[in-house]
Amino acid sequence: MTDTAADQTRGRPAITKDASQERQKAMIASHFTRLARAPETGDKCAYTFVPGNLTELLNSFGVLPVLPEINALQSGMRGKSRDYIGLAEKLGHSEDVCTYVKCDIGMLKSGNIGPTGERLPSPDLLLLSYTGCFTFLKWFELLAQEYSCPIVMLHVPYQGDGVITDSMRRYVVDQLKKKVIPALERISGRAYDEDLLKEQLARSARAEDDLVWVLESAKHRPSPIDAYFGGVYYIGPIFTAFRGTQDAIEYYRELRAEIEERLRLHKGPVTPDGELGEERYRVVVEGPPNWTSFRQFWQMFSEEGACVVASTYTKVGGVYDNGFRHDPSRPLETLAEYCMGCYTNLNLPTRVQMIARYVQDYSADGFLINSVKSCNSFSAGQLMILREVEQRTGKPGGFIESDLVDPRYFSASNIKNRLESYFQMIAQKRAGAQ
Amino acid sequence: MRSLDELLHRAEDLYRDLRFSAVREWKARTGGLAVGYLPVYVPRELLHAQGVLPVGVMGAGDDLEIIRGDAFYQSYICHLPRSTIELGLNGALDCLDGMLFPATCDVIRNLSGMWMMQFPGKYVHYLDVPQDFSPEVGGAFYRHELEQISEALTARGARPLTTAALRASIALYNDNRALVEGLYTLRMAEPWRVPTGELYLLLRAGAVLPVEEHSAMLRDYTALVTATTERRPMDQARVLLCGSFCEQPPLGLIKTLERAGCYIVDDDFVQVHRWIRGHVRSNGDDPLQDLVLAYLHQGIQSPIRYIDEAKKGQDLVDRVETSGAEGVIFCAPSFCDPALLDQPMAVAAIERAGVPWTAFKYSENTGQFQVIREQAGTFADSIKLWSE
Repeated sequence: MTDTAADQTRGRPAITKDASQERQKAMIASHFTRLARAPETGDKCAYTFVPGNLTELLNSFGVLPVLPEINALQSGMRGKSRDYIGLAEKLGHSEDVCTYVKCDIGMLKSGNIGPTGERLPSPDLLLLSYTGCFTFLKWFELLAQEYSCPIVMLHVPYQGDGVITDSMRRYVVDQLKKKVIPALERISGRAYDEDLLKEQLARSARAEDDLVWVLESAKHRPSPIDAYFGGVYYIGPIFTAFRGTQDAIEYYRELRAEIEERLRLHKGPVTPDGELGEERYRVVVEGPPNWTSFRQFWQMFSEEGACVVASTYTKVGGVYDNGFRHDPSRPLETLAEYCMGCYTNLNLPTRVQMIARYVQDYSADGFLINSVKSCNSFSAGQLMILREVEQRTGKPGGFIESDLVDPRYFSASNIKNRLESYFQMIAQKRAGAQ
Repeated sequence: MRSLDELLHRAEDLYRDLRFSAVREWKARTGGLAVGYLPVYVPRELLHAQGVLPVGVMGAGDDLEIIRGDAFYQSYICHLPRSTIELGLNGALDCLDGMLFPATCDVIRNLSGMWMMQFPGKYVHYLDVPQDFSPEVGGAFYRHELEQISEALTARGARPLTTAALRASIALYNDNRALVEGLYTLRMAEPWRVPTGELYLLLRAGAVLPVEEHSAMLRDYTALVTATTERRPMDQARVLLCGSFCEQPPLGLIKTLERAGCYIVDDDFVQVHRWIRGHVRSNGDDPLQDLVLAYLHQGIQSPIRYIDEAKKGQDLVDRVETSGAEGVIFCAPSFCDPALLDQPMAVAAIERAGVPWTAFKYSENTGQFQVIREQAGTFADSIKLWSE
């Protein structure tokens, strides 16, 4: 079910959608349809993760990616995650661990029905791209118990010292050459075609240019976009199955044209309740959104006139606004650098630096951390990030807690109270400064 | 030789000393560097070969009130990093010239960055251990990691690494590992001779003592408990304790399990002592490579290590068989991702093998053991009464 249809069913006004958003939804729906038909068409599927995904490489072999985090967040948005998580916990999975994992296990045990209501194919390969999240390792070990397909591990080193060394790059490239590519050759029956990969990577870079332009448009006042709630739609194609495709180029071209037009008209972003009126607060957000009450969460911002001008979550599948682009002249090296550059693979000092830079570059009034219980990769250290960024920027930080897809951890009244207090504080500071 | 009481008092004093006095004394005596490491594994041989004292920072147990450490973490994050931060902020870790944060989980990983920001003058390194186990790929990467550490230590005043020194250090740690393994073997055979509360204190002593001194302590303890005639077997259930490899349980919890009728015949405590199975080659031309190969090929099947070929959980089943355990107690810290995410797979494997099990969670500062005592006691009774 689409958001629009779901909203109408629930008696809420339909969300206004731009043409690019409709295109994006159609693209993603078509991907899920292709996945559902894979058993008949013979398309091969690899389960893998968003951070450090190797979409261009998979595409060059004609292998379709299935991304369990995307399935989990879709289940959260469709109101399915509570039951899936409950089922996984009944099966012995701890209440303490990542709810994406439990949602995925619950979905699998309930028939593996994807977001479009069709059954997802079983994997031909589990491509464990171990990037920026320890849980990924255990997640695919758990899935490996359920499927009889091969599993291949791509260990992506963490940027512990804040840099990518030659040794780190060589390590990833060697694994690509010796493990990942041979595994893809085996399941697809095709030989590695570097020229095809290069073509894909060149297309990626073009789409990335437009994505960065869109994200940086939020530096304008008013911002024509919401770079967090709206941003998750913008990153959809490039973080999932479409990086390296012509579809992605066209989507980002269309999106950019729409934003250019909004800029020309001095319009703010589109929110669940239509266009944002006066832009009263500009904030940067760290951490993933809550998916089970996504619309309600967004409204807590938009009703206050708050626009998110930059976010870290939209960098989880790749950081492009630091200048990185996929480089077709160095195909495997560029994939390695992409993997190592994803947001949760950056050390804490780099993350602090990045958020502080966003606060300054985007003229934000402050920054907010949505700390999610499920994700230690994001959350461990966020209280220190809060203090450090406040100290460096002089801007107030706010802290709220929720979860990715476990509705038991979304306390709407608590979050709303905190947000209202936070925005009031910004208003008072502003009044005091005047 | 010291008496058993003296030896155990010394070990408990070291365990309870949250000012790391032994490390301070060693530094005053030798003028060497001391570098801390978090669980689970670091190659201590490398540090030792450069004259550096490796110091295991295993949290603060139940002996320290956490005040500032809690301000760094949300309620849903485990306890170990809170007490580590507390120890850092209260000056207890001033004696350390640096810290190594091995790739254990996202919390320890992020703590490395927090440490960089909180203690800017100290050497901090996130030790990214390979999850690819081929010498030419994962081995090359790991070797570079070790070389980086070695160079950084030299830059801070440690002795440059030499082949001879590393060979000698490997030999010393081989000896130490053999002594630890000897005690584990003795405990499996005659658990009444080696109560786990005592063995645990000895393992913890090894986190702060120079390896030579620790080995002497292990040797003395082994001789004393082998010779004693005062310890006699009791009708206890033999259990394997699984999941306590990072944040350590309080000593009181271990003693509670023993008092509840359990002989712990295998466990995951202070795993740095047992991470490498068997000896590391100590007479090769390239001892650094020998250390690398030992990590790749002799490492235990920990939940923090990717198991590419072996069947998940089989290692636990094998350990049950080897140790003669009659049941498994899953005893993991609250919010420990590696242990808790691994647990369903481990449970499935031992259920297939028909091994009884129970599970509970703890924090390093858990202070109430009554519920655990009742659960463990019931489990031990059920094994004694109902197992075939």
